Amino acid sequence: MNQITELEQKTIYIIREAYAQYKGKMAMLWSIGKDSTSLLWLCRKAFFGKLPFPVMHIDTSFKFKEIYEFRDKYTKEWGLDLIVAKNEEALKRGVNPKKGKFECCTELKTNALKQAMTKYGFRALLLAIRRDEHGIRAKERVFSPRDEHFTWDYKNQPAELWDQYKSKLAQDQHFRIHPMLHWTEKNIWEYILRENIPITSLYFSKNGKRYRSIGCETCCNPVCSNAKTVKEIVEELKVTKTAERAGRAQDKEQAYMMQKLRTLGYM
Amino acid sequence: MQKESLKLVIVGSVDHGKSTLIGRLLYDTNSLPQEKIDEIKKTCQMLGRDLEFAYLIDHLQEEREKEMTIDTSQTFFKSAMREYIIIDAPGHKEFIQNMMTGASQADAAVLIIDGSEGVVEQTKRHAYILNLLAIKNVIVAVNKIDKLNYDEKKFNTIKNQILEFLEKVAIVPLAVVPISAKNGDNVVKKSNQISWYQGASLLEELDKIAVSHEQKTKNLRLPIQDICKINGENIILGRIENGKINCGDQVKILPQNNKIKIEKILNFIGSNIVLSKEVGAGYNIGAVFNSNELSRGQVICTDNQELPNVDDKIKANIFWLDQNRNYKIGDHISLKCTTQEIDGIIEKIEKRINSSNLELLEKDAKELKHTEVGEVAFNLEKPLVFEDSSITPELGRFVLIQNQNVVAGGIIKSKI
Repeated sequence: MNQITELEQKTIYIIREAYAQYKGKMAMLWSIGKDSTSLLWLCRKAFFGKLPFPVMHIDTSFKFKEIYEFRDKYTKEWGLDLIVAKNEEALKRGVNPKKGKFECCTELKTNALKQAMTKYGFRALLLAIRRDEHGIRAKERVFSPRDEHFTWDYKNQPAELWDQYKSKLAQDQHFRIHPMLHWTEKNIWEYILRENIPITSLYFSKNGKRYRSIGCETCCNPVCSNAKTVKEIVEELKVTKTAERAGRAQDKEQAYMMQKLRTLGYM
Repeated sequence: MQKESLKLVIVGSVDHGKSTLIGRLLYDTNSLPQEKIDEIKKTCQMLGRDLEFAYLIDHLQEEREKEMTIDTSQTFFKSAMREYIIIDAPGHKEFIQNMMTGASQADAAVLIIDGSEGVVEQTKRHAYILNLLAIKNVIVAVNKIDKLNYDEKKFNTIKNQILEFLEKVAIVPLAVVPISAKNGDNVVKKSNQISWYQGASLLEELDKIAVSHEQKTKNLRLPIQDICKINGENIILGRIENGKINCGDQVKILPQNNKIKIEKILNFIGSNIVLSKEVGAGYNIGAVFNSNELSRGQVICTDNQELPNVDDKIKANIFWLDQNRNYKIGDHISLKCTTQEIDGIIEKIEKRINSSNLELLEKDAKELKHTEVGEVAFNLEKPLVFEDSSITPELGRFVLIQNQNVVAGGIIKSKI
């Protein structure tokens, strides 16, 4: 078994473990980026093409048009049960990134997710975060419990020995489940290449620039790159010295911003 | 086969330099983005400190302000040989469950000792845990050798100290390397400050470690994880923990001890379901059997004389992790091994042991406390399917759950 297959098999095990325990109360978060699209691909593999749970897109309304197009195309092609979660109340109030990124991320992402969780009663959410993306995410567990306020109690995380994950929850808790935690950015692209996974065109170079990490159109910037194909991206990642989230604003506005966002329930 | 990547945990006592060593490995192998170095320089300036490598790992605000690692973390670097995934594990006793979380994922370990302090309680406890987790590839790094003025005699004293203890926990280290993580001596490259040391640098020693993927025996061990319905058919889901599965084979289902037949093995490639004839260990499969009596927690096995044990009374060594509550004889717990989850009690704590020096604290004890090891006897409400961990590790180890939390890890010793 090679390294990529090993990563793939571990992820499928986690997805099935989550579903075995949270049937009917679980959803997958799909941001339409490379990581969550790869996770979606793996979920389809785990259940032989037919996802037995919904996928949820947190729509801030500031996403790229390519993202919406990709979402709608593959929702149809793969027969997905799609939930679009929007914080309509905050959008009506005019919350936007220019008025403050911390508030914007919290309202349009974290709170939109909170509202959807209450509405649908989910107890477990699959998310495609990876340890190598950000030092704070490296501290995560695979099965990470959150309380009713979505707080991440990072000082008191459960023990996770071998692949025995915490499986039971207290009444008002839910699980963030992270089946891709052990992948790196390079692994993801190698897997996309191997499996020929469809991916939004924003990742590929146009006029010497491409997006390496995609969030809202307003808050992420392309990096300099000539990589026009998946293969060229894999090659680029072997030599690059730039951090993956270099183009993402919310990591940088202030020291520990990511920790503060995540403590409040950010993804 | 040589692994393309190696998962390495760095363990040892608080302040012996784990995070600094990781920072040094990343820096000297050129594995850091410039942006990250800049970010750390900026944070260090803000706090009025010199450039601190530990910040590469210690990301939580509390970790940086208190200058200690609280939770386990992972980072990546590359040698000329292969990729490494480094797992940092906190050294404080109160964070032992975070240390075990990190270490249980590792293929190999570096046990770091501050040369100016020598072997301390937590060094020994971590060594014991490596043994409990069955991590065989261990390298000892004697750090802060610069503080010992690169003195060979002082190094040898510590080397002998640690070798003596490791023998007690059945660990034979692959090497004992004198290093200075702060200055980079013997970490990536051999240092000319330590001419008396004949061995290789720490990274060169790590590169020598061969971890094999290859599995174990030919006997199938497939714990059932779940059952899903596809096109009206019941598909059994599970990961093959040992051996392989062949379409058409007669197999046994434990603990019931019934014979069943494998009718179909499913695979999903691209956008289509395809059928497989044979699948090996490590794969998550979907399969159809000629039985309607299958459920999560049963174990499908090759039908021969080498079947796993099935018993409701077992003996095991457990490491108690719960800080808030001691285990008291007779308290209800759930034992989780592969996908089996069975309620029961510990009916006897034959020995209560201090994990930092292996001292026997009490025979026939009534209670087990945080970080203590117990040699215990379980009485379970239903029979457990288990096997020696040297044959199928997944069927020889378990966790204990109480009030929704994992409170202990353990290794099964035998039937009573």
